[in-house]
Amino acid sequence: MNKITRRQALGTTAGALTVLGIAGATAHAAATDSRAATTPAGTVDEVYQGRRIQIAPGTGGGHHGGHHSPGLPTVRIDGRELHVMQNADGTWISVVNHYETFADPTSLARAAVRELQGSQLAPMQMGGMA
Amino acid sequence: MTVRKNQAALTPEEKRAFTNALLELKRTGRYDRFVTTHNGFIMSDTDSGDRVGHRSPSFLPWHRRFLLEFEAALQAVDASVSIPYWDWTADRTTRSSLWAADFLGGTGRARDGQVMDGPFAYATGKWEVTVRVDGRNYLRRALGEGVAQLPTKAEVDAVLAMPVYDMAPWNSSSNGFRNNLEGWRGANLHNRVHVWVGGQMATGVSPNDPVFWMHHAFIDKLWADWQAKHPQSPYLPAAGTANVVDLRDTMRPWNDVTPADMLDHRRFYAFDAEPAAAASQR
Ligand SMILES: [Cu+2]
Ligand SMILES: [Cu+2]
Repeated sequence: MNKITRRQALGTTAGALTVLGIAGATAHAAATDSRAATTPAGTVDEVYQGRRIQIAPGTGGGHHGGHHSPGLPTVRIDGRELHVMQNADGTWISVVNHYETFADPTSLARAAVRELQGSQLAPMQMGGMA
Repeated sequence: MTVRKNQAALTPEEKRAFTNALLELKRTGRYDRFVTTHNGFIMSDTDSGDRVGHRSPSFLPWHRRFLLEFEAALQAVDASVSIPYWDWTADRTTRSSLWAADFLGGTGRARDGQVMDGPFAYATGKWEVTVRVDGRNYLRRALGEGVAQLPTKAEVDAVLAMPVYDMAPWNSSSNGFRNNLEGWRGANLHNRVHVWVGGQMATGVSPNDPVFWMHHAFIDKLWADWQAKHPQSPYLPAAGTANVVDLRDTMRPWNDVTPADMLDHRRFYAFDAEPAAAASQR
């Protein structure tokens, strides 16, 4: 699996990286973290391999303890939304890595950046029947 | 009667008929509607909400029906064609004849993952990826890069030995045969094969790669093999389950077909090698 630690990510994107909040893996712990008072837990704004990743935490059921049905975070890559989904065990998948699970939205978004190889996400579309 | 064959046993003429029928469905636009349908279900099937095509008991009957519809479309082009299955426990390397230029073509080139040979290479002008999640309109693969090994026969046999079809909570966290075959739990069979192929096969628009049908035809055969091993084990759940397709509930998008209608594949096709126990029941 694609496991890149936050330290490694900081190293690969030195100078360009801004992590406003806390990387997704620690989103739960962030509820008790003092930094959570100024930046919502799970908020990410970073440049990874030349692409801007922005993660805004989900709303609705977003208070501490709402882990059973948290609102999905909005994940954007260079401003385009990435369709993401959370599995029952807490892991994450996206429409570009649909059959492989990731521990948190940040590693999911970084995997999407690697998969995209510079390509832009298409506008999200739902439905459509044969 | 349609007979689904192991892709490794196809004659050159059968390979050509199959790939030509695929190209014709692509040309008419029919093919892409299947990709759109699949991605719609991939994005809407959720563990905590309505789930039909994936991460639920109806994963198997839904894909059986989806492949039947696709096979009927192929046969409207060429009545001699059926969907071959890819036994990835046996044909497990990038050197398999499956990936030769006279069949599906090989892996993608390093620079951008683009498949450069075979009937589905972008340069042929006959296989533009139009239903997509990003800007790239060429077929991509990265065989063996996302994960090194395809599932083994021993891993498949261990899943086939599981006696219970599916279990609550009927999603990606379930124990039982269905979820272990789908791959969200355990050794990871079906999901891992998508990742091993890479490119579009690893995304929600996975049917853009023709190998999708051959992978799912083998998953479908493993369901038949499992039924033959466990003739007393029914599809579950039977009734009254929220967000989940029970045995006699209809499945979207067709709304006129239930898992019960899909249990016996012999109503629709045979396999070149039928499971022995099932054959003796008839
Ligand atoms: Cu599917
Ligand atoms: Cu699949």
